[in-house]
This record gives sequence, C-alpha cells and structure tokens, in this order.
Amino acid sequence: MQPASQATLEFLKLYWAPLLCGLAVVAVLPLIAGYVVLVERKIMADMQARLGPMRVGPHGLLQPIADAVKLLIKEDVIPDSADKLVFWLAPVLSVGAALLSLAGLAIGPAFQIAQDINIGILFVVGISAMGIFGIVLGGWASNSHYSLMGALRSSAQLVSYETAAGMALVSGLLFAGTLNIKSIVEAQREQGMWFVILAPVAFFTYLVASIAETNRAPFDLPEAESELVAGYMTEFSGFRWSLYFLAEYTNMIVVASVATTLFLGGWLRPFASVRWLDFLDFVPPLLMIAVGAYCVLRVPKQPSRMQQWFMLAVAGLCIALALVLAMPVIAPVLKASLREAAKPFFAGIHGGFWFLLKVSAYIYLFMWLRFTLPRYRFDQLMRLGWHFLIPLSIINVLLVGVAMIAGAYFHLHGWWLLLATTPAALVALVAALLILAAEKQSETRPDRAVPSDFYAG
Amino acid sequence: MLTIGHYLFLSLALFIIGVIGVITRRNVIVVLMSIELILNAVNINLVAFSRLYGDVAGQVFALFIIADAAAEAAVGLGIIIAFFRNRETVLADEMDLLKW
Amino acid sequence: MLDKVIFYFFAGIAVGGAVLTVTRRNAVHSAIFLITSLLATAGIFLQLRAEFLFIVQIILYVGGIMVLFVFVIMLVNLDVAVRQIQFARQKWVALVIALALAAQVGLMLWSSAKMPGQGLPVLTAAPANQLPLNSEEVAKSLFDSYLLPFEIASVLLLVAMIGAVVMAKKRT
Repeated sequence: MQPASQATLEFLKLYWAPLLCGLAVVAVLPLIAGYVVLVERKIMADMQARLGPMRVGPHGLLQPIADAVKLLIKEDVIPDSADKLVFWLAPVLSVGAALLSLAGLAIGPAFQIAQDINIGILFVVGISAMGIFGIVLGGWASNSHYSLMGALRSSAQLVSYETAAGMALVSGLLFAGTLNIKSIVEAQREQGMWFVILAPVAFFTYLVASIAETNRAPFDLPEAESELVAGYMTEFSGFRWSLYFLAEYTNMIVVASVATTLFLGGWLRPFASVRWLDFLDFVPPLLMIAVGAYCVLRVPKQPSRMQQWFMLAVAGLCIALALVLAMPVIAPVLKASLREAAKPFFAGIHGGFWFLLKVSAYIYLFMWLRFTLPRYRFDQLMRLGWHFLIPLSIINVLLVGVAMIAGAYFHLHGWWLLLATTPAALVALVAALLILAAEKQSETRPDRAVPSDFYAG
Repeated sequence: MLTIGHYLFLSLALFIIGVIGVITRRNVIVVLMSIELILNAVNINLVAFSRLYGDVAGQVFALFIIADAAAEAAVGLGIIIAFFRNRETVLADEMDLLKW
Repeated sequence: MLDKVIFYFFAGIAVGGAVLTVTRRNAVHSAIFLITSLLATAGIFLQLRAEFLFIVQIILYVGGIMVLFVFVIMLVNLDVAVRQIQFARQKWVALVIALALAAQVGLMLWSSAKMPGQGLPVLTAAPANQLPLNSEEVAKSLFDSYLLPFEIASVLLLVAMIGAVVMAKKRT
C-alpha cells in the first residue's frame, strides 16, 4: 500500500470515533446556539413582562431558523480599504477557537471527544483564550476607528479577566489535584461534596470573570449597540457576523461547562457519594414527567387547535425523555444479560442530564444578570478586574493552599475539610471587603487633571 | 522511523530563518518577532532531547525559556513604544540618536 | 508512518510560517504568520509527548506574547513604515553569512547521521499509557530539583513587569 494511504488508514482506525463526534458537534452546534438565542429572548421577555418571539412557528420555535436564513442570504459587504485576508480570517479564528475548546469537555461520563487528555481543563481554557485574536484582528482588518477601538477595548478586557479566571481555577484545582477532567469530577465524588462548597470565593471570582470573558452584560461595553456602533463587529455583516455570534454563544457554553466541571460537580447528582440519598436518582425522570404534566395542563389554554396539538407533542416528548431517563434506575429489575449489554449506554444518560441541567442553570444566571444589571463603563470594568478580582483571586489561592496544608496536617477528609476551608473563605471575604473599602476611599479623593487616554484602563 | 535528526534539522531551519530575520529586517517589531522564532527553535531542540533521554529537565528548561521570552518581549515592546513616542519611527536604520 | 506524516505536516507549517513572518511587508501579517508557526511548534511539542509544554506554548506564547505584539503593532502607527524599504542595506552579506552558518551546522548533523555504528538515535515509540503523566512529572521537577530557577523566574517576571510599565508610561 502506498505510504500516504497507509498513514490515512492508520489515522482513521485510531481516531474514527472522535472525528465522528467532533463532526457531529460542529454540525449541530450552530442550531443549538440559535436555540440558546431564542431561549435568551424568551427569558428576556419573561423578565420584561412580555411574550417574546411568538409569530414564527408555534411559540416562536422556528425563529432561529428564520434568523439563520436571513443572515445567510444577506449581502456580504467588505469595506473597500479592509485587509481581505485578515477580514476573512478573523471570524474563522473566533469560531475555530471556540469549537476546538469544546473537544476537551466531558458531557457526562461517557461523552468526551478528546478522551483522557492529561491537561484537560487547561486545554479548554487555553484554546478558548485564542479567540482573542479573532476579536483583535477583526477590529484591525475593518480599517475603521470604531472597530479598532472596540477591538482593543474588548481584547484588553478579555486579557485582564483571563488572569483572574485562571487563578480562580487554580484554587479549585488545588482540591482536585489533577488537570484531567474526568479525574476532577471523580475527585469531587471522593470528597463527597462539590468544590463550590470548599472554595466559594473561587467560584464567585470565576463567575464574574467568566461573564467578562464572554463579553456578556454587564461587561459588554465593547459590543453594546449604543457604544462604538457595534465595536469590533461593526463592519461584519451576514454570515461573518453570525460566525462571531456563534463564537460568543459557544464560549458561553464552554465557560459554563468548565465552571460546572470544576465547581458544580460535573455530572454527579447532588450528594453523589451518600448512599441513603440514592432515591435522588429518581429526580431526572420525575422532573421530566412533571414538565410533561405541566404541558398537558396548559393545552386547553392554547388559542388555536394547531398550538394545542403542538403542546401535546411537547408533552409527549417530555414523557419519552422521562422514560429514557428512568431506564437506568429500573435497570436492576431487568434481565441480567440485557443489563450487561446496555451498561455503557446507561452510564452516560443520567450524567449527561445532570451536567446539562447545571450548565443551563449557569447560563440562566448569565442571562438573568444581563437583563438586571446596567452596563459597566470601560474604566470601571478595568478597575474591577485589576484592582479587585486579581488581588482577590491571588489571595484566595494563598488561603486555599494554607487550608489544604492544614487539612493534610490534621488528617481532615470529606466533610471535615470544611473546618479548614471555611475560615479561609471568611478571611478571603474580609480581604475582599477591605479591597473594596480602599477602592471607595480612593474614588472620593479629587482627581488631578489628567489628559484623557483612549486606551486607559 | 523518526530520528532525533529530523527534529534537529527542523530546529536548525527555524533558527536560521530567525537569524536572517534579525540581521536583515529594518522594522524592529519584525526583528523582535524573529528573536521569538530563534527562542522557539531552541525549545524544539530541548524538548526533542528530553524525549530522547526520557528526562523531563529539557521540558522544564523550555518552560523557563518561554517565561523569559515573555519578559523580554514585554520590555522590548515597551522600549519600542517609548522610542516611537519620541521619534515616530520603527525602522532600525533611523534609530541613530547616538551617531556622531 | 503516521508519526512521520504528522511531523512533516507540522514542520512544514512551522518553517513556512517562519519564512512568511520574516518576509512580509505588513507587520500584522508577520504577526499572523508567526502565530501559525508557533501553533505548529506546539503541535511538534505534542508529538514529542510534552503535553504540558504544548498547552503552555498556546496559553503563554500565542495567547500572551503574540497578543502583546499585535496590540503594540496597532498602537504604533505603521502606515509610514509599510511604504519604506523593508530590508536593510546589508541584506546580501547577511544572507550569505547566515546560509554559511546553516550549511556548517547542517553538514555536521548530516555527517553524524551517516557515521557507521553510531548515527543519530531513534526516538522510541513507547505506548502512551505506560508513560508517567507529563504535568505531574514537570510539576514534581519544578518544585523539587528546579525550585531555585523557578523562584528566580518569578523575580525576573516581576522585574520585567515593572520595567515595561515604567518604559511605556506617559510622562505627564
């Protein structure tokens, strides 16, 4: 056989499963991101006492498809003096970095595209940090003042909060003792509690830093509609803009997954290592049955016949999902041979459900904050990052290290480790309040006349 | 069979291209980028030998070189910015304040 | 066979990116090609089973140093510099000297490959799950044998940070 084809065959034999999963994810993700946008609009509407998109399809469910078609058939406008190569490359870099970092994540114990990477969580964080180039080069390639300033501001914000996010992750990783994603979740199962209870300050820091990392409100000055036109995305229209959009929502999913894996117990159910709480395994199917029952109850209230049938279909889907989720828990009563054959299939279902539930809760928190808090000004944003979050996260790493040494010295395991980590968290909280008080004091002093620096912060 | 020679030749190629960049280009920012290429070539060399002898010291050394490259790039770019503010040029030939 | 293909793939991108870095007129294009060259080098590290160094290269070199480079290129107005002559007057002499150096070292490597009995060693392909975990090995080494260089490196970074801030500060 020729060497080239032999090499290809060898490659395919080793890596056919990850390739297939990766292709599937890349194909399906734009659709999922579109529906996350729809969910966001519905939640925004709910918080603003209105209904949101209702026209296109039942309850607006075909809105993402309509939006996608609109974006695809729009004219591709390239500014005359733009740098063509870099203009084409920038959205590709953003999307590529975001999609590649998805490969390292484990959705449940059975689904991970890049299996068993030694540097798991660092891989995800590092590759998603490469998306900064998409923003900077996009702003530069547009050859327009607003774009360039928006790009520089956005990338300065991203770089600043990356340090704080990294330090927060380090605090959590001190408990995990490994960078491998599956081992981190296993460490939380062994510890008996999620790391958010052991390192709450780290979780809070990561929450704030991840909102800034994904350019979401209240840190969305670089891309807000009323500021700098649209920042670095100004000159990108149609499909290129949708690539940036896809990158942003994929980044949101990645950041939520990292927080879930490290702090919220990954795919473990609450109290995963407590045997007498095993009845909690019934929660997923019961939850889906409850949702299905709610849909059935709302059927008579629908205005038209078609919408009533649609609600019934949704209820049926929920009941089907509940049956799928119920299978692993009623498996012990099945025939032994059937159980053995279906074991790998069952391993991932509940894990996937809990993981997606936690990721959705985290993203709901993002959306909630977006529609509640006003936007930060750019210098306030940079001050928050450098003067508050970075010192807090470094102090937290120090305190968590001390807590861990104390825990090892006194042989504290499981829930007893809280005796060591709670004082550490309290000291970090006091430190945070002290830093905030110092900031408040420095704000009330009158400023000297300083010439304005556009890239300040 | 991949020998150590493959990696050494790659390292040599990157090193020479970096050296050509440093001694040929006028734009000091490109000169700094070529210096990064040189450091990169040395890293490949170190990591290849670390793999050959199974000793992780090569990788640790490469890690320190990356940290050092970051420090040097930061200071070098700071110098370029300071010089640009005064003289409005980034071309090495025109940075001749000390010429008599 | 497969590792040869992967090696030549990454090596080709690294060398091609390096050549393009050194020859482009526009500094931002040079930066983009340097980024591709550094990413290809990260791939070479990954092939050499140096996983921690692979991700450190991407986070620090590409995600840190190159972002700094791109920032500075955008802050410094290069419209004038783009239209100037890009290569210094000594370019031909410099090229000859550099190629002489390349020929010298290349000849040395080539002849050591051809030496009977010794030759250049072959990288043994150990199965991946029998190797020690890379991050743990590097960490053990950093905090055990190389603790002093580690501390000196942090002092170096502190000094560089202060120096860069002082250099780039505006004189009010």
